[in-house]
Amino acid sequence: MTTPVTPVLEVRSLDTTLHTPDGRTLHVLHGIDLTIDAGECLGVVGESGSGKSVLARTVLGVHPRTTRATATGQVLLAGEDLLTATAARRAELLGTGIAMVHQDPMTSLNPVVRIADQVTESITNRRRLRRRERLRTAAELLAAVDVPDPARRARAYPHELSGGLRQRVGIAAALAGSPALLLADEPTTALDVTVQRTVLDLLDRHRETRGLATLLITHDIGLLYGRARRIAVMYGGRIVETGPTEAITEHPAHPYTAALLRSVPRVTGPLRRTLPAVAGSPPDLSRPQPGCPFAPRCERAEALCSTDAPPLHRAGAGHTTACHFPLTPSAALPAKAEETAV
Amino acid sequence: MTATATSPDADAPVVLRATGLSVVHRTRSGPLHAVSGVDVELRARRTLALVGESGSGKSSIAKALLRLPPPTTGTVTLDGTDLATLSPRALRAVRPRLQMVFQDPVSSLNPRRTVRDLVAEPLDAHPDPSVDRAAVVAEQLEAVGLPAALFGDRRPAQLSGGQAQRVAIARALAAEPRVLIADEAVSALDVSAQATVLNLLRRLTEERGLASLFISHDLGVVRAVSDDVAVLHLGRLCERGPTEAVLAAPAHPYTAALLAAVPEPGRPLGDTGLLPADPPSPLDPPSGCRFRTRCPLADDRCASEVPPLREVAPGRTAACHRPLTLQAP
Repeated sequence: MTTPVTPVLEVRSLDTTLHTPDGRTLHVLHGIDLTIDAGECLGVVGESGSGKSVLARTVLGVHPRTTRATATGQVLLAGEDLLTATAARRAELLGTGIAMVHQDPMTSLNPVVRIADQVTESITNRRRLRRRERLRTAAELLAAVDVPDPARRARAYPHELSGGLRQRVGIAAALAGSPALLLADEPTTALDVTVQRTVLDLLDRHRETRGLATLLITHDIGLLYGRARRIAVMYGGRIVETGPTEAITEHPAHPYTAALLRSVPRVTGPLRRTLPAVAGSPPDLSRPQPGCPFAPRCERAEALCSTDAPPLHRAGAGHTTACHFPLTPSAALPAKAEETAV
Repeated sequence: MTATATSPDADAPVVLRATGLSVVHRTRSGPLHAVSGVDVELRARRTLALVGESGSGKSSIAKALLRLPPPTTGTVTLDGTDLATLSPRALRAVRPRLQMVFQDPVSSLNPRRTVRDLVAEPLDAHPDPSVDRAAVVAEQLEAVGLPAALFGDRRPAQLSGGQAQRVAIARALAAEPRVLIADEAVSALDVSAQATVLNLLRRLTEERGLASLFISHDLGVVRAVSDDVAVLHLGRLCERGPTEAVLAAPAHPYTAALLAAVPEPGRPLGDTGLLPADPPSPLDPPSGCRFRTRCPLADDRCASEVPPLREVAPGRTAACHRPLTLQAP
């Protein structure tokens, strides 16, 4: 894949700082680089507090009302920098350029607004639709996400639907404006495994048929296997490892990725009576420390790790890690700048 | 591991036994059969996992065991005593022996209280002058790996999700329970916090001789924590047996579907075989086998006859007219 097509999303050296209502300043994202092509799914995996949701919100340009955010670097949507775009231009792109599927379909839908009006919002924000047309469009959108009996469901309120159906409504609403980029932040965490499977299959289907670029954010690395082409592992606001899904899950180079994979409870393989947990807690973002953010919890850490920021190492084709002592000894050469992008 | 393997504690004394448990909720749309004729046995030093999707009746069973509210029919005995025969006063004295840990650790802890006070809640609810409150709190916090000196004065907002869940476990332990019920206790946690809490539950069950019930929809988690598993679908038991045997070769098509749906790194996405029907409503369950509308193997008999729980292998039962053949893995 060497065709010089402009990626749908390209994030370059993104730093995000949040100013919280209680007066704290949190430097949440540090030097994030990633790209997503049309029809590609990039998986972002990390614990709570790793900065993965702030990453999605920075790309979307929407932060909680009480929080002020400053971002530096570049967020390029089809080559257009969103960080320098006007507020009007950003608003225009919401829904049609970028859309988001939220974690909790119970709270992301307005309980007192009919499904039809919520699903068609990114269309009716731009032009008027007659009621009949709105219902018909909503039914079409709901049918496209496998909601049974879509015409009736379009007239329903969110509480009348199951969790799985609500999440499909959330996806239908996100797809309504035919966006180029879909941000899915833990879209199935609140769902049963069987429903999770159908919802993720649905996202895959639309990604393939519409050439949608997808950023799939999760804390469950297992969920990305077989879906994401590439994975970026986040820790302490940084991408600590990135590469093809198979390379990351089979030959993790960063000790954090390896620890994460070890602690996943599995239904196959040898029975483990004690799961290897990662000891310690994620870093406190209000107290930045020099060096590698994972150093205090890392079993391979040496003195160097808590003083010097780790360099990027190449662990394989398209596979890089930010670590002083990566696990894969081969090809541990400093990566060139252009190879560090996801 | 063969399908007949049993762990040495399989004959441990039964602490809690529920027989013919049914829970019917009265709703505006008619009776909702949340649980229908389920038997549950919890043995000392062992964990039974209750598995199923939302609406399968997992949490209704947990609540019925605690008589919150009492089951519609069926009996629950604790150490041989039928809880229904106890006077309110006697039941209140027994209640601390049954403890529960909930899904959302942050909302199950009062945000205004300190960790020390939260763990002491059962002691304060059942005051006993012979109990050294501070010593019990310190001991239980130590047992869950949160030293009282470091964590005792914190409030829930100052804890991570995993730490808050460990505080909830310490609180349950402070009541000196015989039975510990964990309802989706790790579903809201990150993978690494999940591992810590699962290890803790397993260790405490063994060390303190608890009879544990672990409710979850995640079979990977179930495998790590439980000795036996019972699979529920729409209020009925589908399958039960030793966890390793059941997961190695499920007998019920529903268990097989749940297993195939689990995402796991390095494991190709399998076909769940489920028909694309949504889970049926518990208000209007299908006739015969309640799984038949989603089952790839269902035939006419499944629609007319309710399949009884039958032995499919030593120590294993399944409620299915057409159980999957069990092969040694």
